[in-house]
Amino acid sequence: MMELSMHVLDVVENSTRAGAQRVSIAVDEDRERDDLTIVITDDGAGMDSETLKKVLDPFYTSKTVRRVGLGLPMFSQAAKKADGSFSVESKAGEGTKVSAHFKHGHIDRQPLGDMANTMVTLIAGHPDVDFVYTHQCRGDNYILDTVEIKRELEDVPINNTSILQFIEEDIKKGLKEIGADH
Amino acid sequence: MAKLKIEDLKKIKERVQAENALREGERRVKVTVHMGTCGIAAGAREVMNTLMSEIEEAGVSDVIVTTSGCMGLCSREPEVTVEILGKDPIVYEYMNPNKMRQVFKRHIMENEVQTPFVLAKGKEEQE
Repeated sequence: MMELSMHVLDVVENSTRAGAQRVSIAVDEDRERDDLTIVITDDGAGMDSETLKKVLDPFYTSKTVRRVGLGLPMFSQAAKKADGSFSVESKAGEGTKVSAHFKHGHIDRQPLGDMANTMVTLIAGHPDVDFVYTHQCRGDNYILDTVEIKRELEDVPINNTSILQFIEEDIKKGLKEIGADH
Repeated sequence: MAKLKIEDLKKIKERVQAENALREGERRVKVTVHMGTCGIAAGAREVMNTLMSEIEEAGVSDVIVTTSGCMGLCSREPEVTVEILGKDPIVYEYMNPNKMRQVFKRHIMENEVQTPFVLAKGKEEQE
């Protein structure tokens, strides 16, 4: 995967498969400290400590249809290549928190990529899950909360293509306004 | 702080409500884009984008789109499953935007299975 937004899409897909009802995705760009942080928190099934030890092992997976699980290992590798760090915290029955730190200006840091598209793909595939996306950059921030959108929409489904297009445009505009990485 | 424009959202909501009132909202087709690590790495997000814009362009409301995980055939990603109501699901392999457009126009809209792209017929197994 060539951009961080793809890793985010992948990890959040895992959250939804773990039965999460609410997933928060927080991107924090601190250019003064030359840091880019991505934190994904879900309220899914979580993992016990034994499973948690193995999640960064590419030869561990909870699936039976194949014998490798590369999602988290690749995300972790992307962080380490950019002089960063990576951690997964989880409690069975409570949820999981994935945190990735990158050196913002590192030559090997993958570009953030199209976060708007990642969010819209997630919403389209999981209209019942609530997503909160916050992006901080240079003291400014952008927030997208699907709970708020759903409240406004009433009986119109959030995965209607016109609504999704509107959301995508809104994220793009918002991120541009705050000068986010892309 | 950048925030969603509620007024703009309301306008679109009203437009969608007006459009939906004119159509019967029955679901006719379910399209699943496989969105596992393998699918994403192979370009599933782009295939999903193409599908969404085709739906928007055609102005249809009886096609629903969803995502699923990996079913173990990672080397053949991106995969897309098309399920037309009352028919066997068809799994397409090695999808890309062009093939997606063709599958949308021919299979989803015209009921013609695009045999050259087909991986399998029948329901996929997960987990």
